[in-house]
Amino acid sequence: MKNIWKKDKGFVIFLLAAIAFPFVFSLLGQTSLTEGTNKFWQGQLINFFIMAIFAMSYDLLIGYAGMLSFGHAASFGGGAYTVALLLTYVAPDIVKNYQIFIGSLNITEIVVLLVCFLAAILVSILIGLLFSASAMRVKGPYFAMLTLALATALNLLTRATDFVEWTGADEGMHGVPVPYWINPTQNRLTFYFIALVFLVVTYILMKRIVSSPTGRVIQATRENEDRSRMIGYNPVTYRTLAFVMASVFAGIAGALYSLWTVSATPSMTSGVTTVNALIMTILGGMGTLIGPVLGAGIMQIFSQFFYTWFGARWPLVFGIIFVLIVMFLPYGIVGTWRMHGFKLKEGWQRFWDLLKTKPTAEK
Amino acid sequence: MTNEFLLSVESVDTFIGQFHILENVSVNVAKGSITVLLGRNGAGKTTTLKTVIGLTPPRSGRVIFDGEEIQGKRAFNIANLGIGYVPENRAIFRALTVLENLKLAERKKGDLDRHADMIFELFPDLERLSKLKGNQLSGGQQQMLAVARALVPDNKLLLIDEPSEGLAPILIQQMMEVIRKLKEKTTILLVEQNFIMASQLAERYVIIDDGRSVHRGLMSDLVLNEELIHQYLGASIQAPTRTSEAE
Repeated sequence: MKNIWKKDKGFVIFLLAAIAFPFVFSLLGQTSLTEGTNKFWQGQLINFFIMAIFAMSYDLLIGYAGMLSFGHAASFGGGAYTVALLLTYVAPDIVKNYQIFIGSLNITEIVVLLVCFLAAILVSILIGLLFSASAMRVKGPYFAMLTLALATALNLLTRATDFVEWTGADEGMHGVPVPYWINPTQNRLTFYFIALVFLVVTYILMKRIVSSPTGRVIQATRENEDRSRMIGYNPVTYRTLAFVMASVFAGIAGALYSLWTVSATPSMTSGVTTVNALIMTILGGMGTLIGPVLGAGIMQIFSQFFYTWFGARWPLVFGIIFVLIVMFLPYGIVGTWRMHGFKLKEGWQRFWDLLKTKPTAEK
Repeated sequence: MTNEFLLSVESVDTFIGQFHILENVSVNVAKGSITVLLGRNGAGKTTTLKTVIGLTPPRSGRVIFDGEEIQGKRAFNIANLGIGYVPENRAIFRALTVLENLKLAERKKGDLDRHADMIFELFPDLERLSKLKGNQLSGGQQQMLAVARALVPDNKLLLIDEPSEGLAPILIQQMMEVIRKLKEKTTILLVEQNFIMASQLAERYVIIDDGRSVHRGLMSDLVLNEELIHQYLGASIQAPTRTSEAE
């Protein structure tokens, strides 16, 4: 623990604050732990925890491996649909016909849920491999476009009326039978801590991955493929590995999101979901891991308050703020902080340059 | 005859895109020796090294390393056979620390531990700077790191491209010392524009001119052949007086 504190004070403080939040809120506001505004804010934080996992997975891809994918939502949605489909169509029969006990404790639902998560991970691996096999040999905008095309294909699949009785097509799946003990409506506090555990475990695992020898090769490959090739590494292997790992974490985030919203909808596989992850990552700082967590938090706060203040026009206001952040904090909040790169004058210069730029007429 | 050579490049033709860069180039490197590729800028020296390591594979001809034909193999497979490549322009990983750069070059676990004493004896600065990122190093330190990285695994052959490029005179001396010491441990194919440095280090030379290997022999003979030096190396030789002054 001392070691973790020494290495990552910010995250430990965040963790302690997140653990204490429901109790402190209840104490200060004299409200119930499981009802009212406390429950509402737990919900906001649950959404933030899940999006933070998704944003970190995107950071592994774009920040550490240097791959700009516009198809990350495919893994997120893949995880969400896998859990929703299994819980809706497979789990009820299993729970009805089989009972698993430890002593007198019935753990059938826990085992079934674990199997659902494992299936979501497996599907994410397959999506990661499919995307890698199709797009890994091209780079830059070609890679981005191929991933977008593949994700769009999956999005169309989730919208397809051919499977309407299973997936609900455009409507999506709603009222997924999430087990009572983890159901975010009935047992939000439990779900809150489960989502927090997922976030913490993901963060620790990702930290380990990026500082492992494999993680170093992935970062080296991002910097220069030829250089990693000439010291004996196959860049395609490492790029694929990074893609599949990012896909798995995105799938886990999607699976959690499906439990949280008790639904799976085509919007989860859409380009907007990927762009959200991109915005969170850029806001917080690419290649920092903690940055995207912060970015997810800021997005959550903005979306909550801005909707109240500006109504449906809130993305417009957020867009302006996003542009300003990119101008003044070019490496994201955490990235700029670490590089001591906040320079007000240069920020204004970039801003004025942007305003002065006139669109050139096509000849 | 081939058996004497650790590396034999036999009549290779290499294209980059539509451009025919190397034409019928042959280079032999004897075990435990330093062979230098000489020639003007753009003659094809760097492409020869890249052809050996597989970054620009030859379209025809053979590359034989340690008795095995390696042309057509992929670069990372060739490197893993025991060839270390130190490209020009200090090709380190700038986002990683010195130690991470070195660790990355391990081919077997523990490579760095086994060679750390030797590496830090050759480059004492690197031990002191081990926690700094590549982009925080000076040009000379980056060059040292690039060479040091090739010493981490047990490489049988080192391909070193322009190690003195852009270095201050005192660092050139240091680099020469390092390469001289490396000769005791491994075989080196060197590309070097600094003729004074090349002539003091290498036993054999191959002159590449306009993509062809036009002349080869003992360095001790070349230094006496002013006409050949003038004809093929001309202005690319660093003026001896200037280097002497710097020294």
